[in-house]
Amino acid sequence: MSADRYPLLAHDGPERIVAWRPTGPVSAHRFLSDVQRLAELFPAGGNVLNVCQDRYRFMVGFAACIVAGKVSLLPASQTPEAIRRLKEYAADVFCLHDGGSENLDLPKLAFPELPDGAIESSPGIDADRVVAVLFTSGSTGTPTAHIKKWGALAASSRGEAERLDAAGAGYSLVGTVPVQHSYGLESIIMLTLQGRGSLWSGWPFYPADIAAALAAVPRPRLLVTTPVHLRTLLDAGIDLPAVDKLLSATAPLSELLAREAEDRLRAPVHEIYGCTETGQLASRRTVEGPRWSPLPGVRLEQEGDATFALGGNCGVRHALADVIELHDDDTFSLHGRNADMVNIAGKRTSLAYLNHLLTDIPGVADGCFLIPDEANGSSVTRLCAFVVAPTLSPTQLRDALRQRIDPIFLPRPTIFVDRLPRNATGKLPRNDLVALLDRHNRGAE
Amino acid sequence: MTQTTPGDLTALMHEVAAMIVTSLNLEMSPAEITPDTQLFGDGLGLDSIDILEVALAVSKHYGFQLRADDEQNTKIFTSLRTLVEHIAANRTK
Repeated sequence: MSADRYPLLAHDGPERIVAWRPTGPVSAHRFLSDVQRLAELFPAGGNVLNVCQDRYRFMVGFAACIVAGKVSLLPASQTPEAIRRLKEYAADVFCLHDGGSENLDLPKLAFPELPDGAIESSPGIDADRVVAVLFTSGSTGTPTAHIKKWGALAASSRGEAERLDAAGAGYSLVGTVPVQHSYGLESIIMLTLQGRGSLWSGWPFYPADIAAALAAVPRPRLLVTTPVHLRTLLDAGIDLPAVDKLLSATAPLSELLAREAEDRLRAPVHEIYGCTETGQLASRRTVEGPRWSPLPGVRLEQEGDATFALGGNCGVRHALADVIELHDDDTFSLHGRNADMVNIAGKRTSLAYLNHLLTDIPGVADGCFLIPDEANGSSVTRLCAFVVAPTLSPTQLRDALRQRIDPIFLPRPTIFVDRLPRNATGKLPRNDLVALLDRHNRGAE
Repeated sequence: MTQTTPGDLTALMHEVAAMIVTSLNLEMSPAEITPDTQLFGDGLGLDSIDILEVALAVSKHYGFQLRADDEQNTKIFTSLRTLVEHIAANRTK
């Protein structure tokens, strides 16, 4: 069942805190005033790329778009190529920023100084309103748009809040992930707006920053993070303020790391499962075993080998790429992710898309990417690539890739070969590529 | 803190270059990283995950934690030279 309208802000009083900034707390009535004032300053375009680094400003921008009837566009990356595609999708797009957007070829609105003000009650927003479009990289180079309506996003985040914060305490949220992607948008911004939370306005990066951010907000504290950030946080060996709950997503969290985090931080570590298309679908406390519980309002169905999700924030039935086993008690187990999907440090793309970008480079006769097997001891998997490009130097190829590919997906190593081990049908069996990489690595030693 | 001489800085450059290559498994020799090689973008092309790895190695080797809310942060990772100068000024071991 879904409501026709959800309030922009679920907080139950105008004095409730929605954000913590280095200058102090921000109340709900000040936030609603900032949202209204910013909405009045927006130019005519109906689509907005919000790249504000400060989370409070991002949240005001996101909410002002909703109030003003504009759509927030969230591309998978901000490479020149991705921005060009974004303009193809929406010619009227403008960029809301708070500095550091010099390289974006778009009309810009700098986040303004907003005067003091107070608005007491939260506006209600129609559930049918399209408020965001998230993009994933399609396999042919054209990004795929995933439309998010307010009602589905709000209901999904209320379900997440119900799961994580059954007592309704309202967490102070500190996030190490970008809010311009699915996970951060849901588990930082929407969880603040719809879960009566309050967010830390900064984006802590180093372990010492995370410690300082936690210390700057009151308990109960929720740390929204990823396996990579959690690993470096624990390895840094610094003292951390008390944390009440941790949330991890974007990559599988090992039970070992989850246990170490629970022991050291004395707080439960929960994982979220979902994808950009559907939003968050399920959660589990990693140390309690491999079974995932769907979030309130989410249901999974199977037909043959395929699994479909209903609910989530996409509003329609969606086929999942993962291999899933459903259990009688409504929980499920994940048996491997889609082999084509690449997810590094919370950014997602597909091998098919990367291969397309690589072979599209003038001078590249053939080429492909490979996700190597988990490297021992290393916390991040890096991609490698095989390239047939007799006329290109490694530097020329690297420069061409940088124009097209988010830095996190740049291959390391890039291996120049005379030809790829294509089989009779033209396919590239993964085993043959792994063997080729092994030979290269042995040769390099 | 002790006074750092230019000679110490050169030695530290070699040490930190080697640390970057080792901690990131880069396909190059430390000598290829010159003092003014850009660490991001057109130079080594490091990304945020690399920076976290290097920061962890720096904290283990030199006994201090890097902070991003420091206005200096983007400058620190401009080049090998800026990183080494920051280490020289802040190291506790």
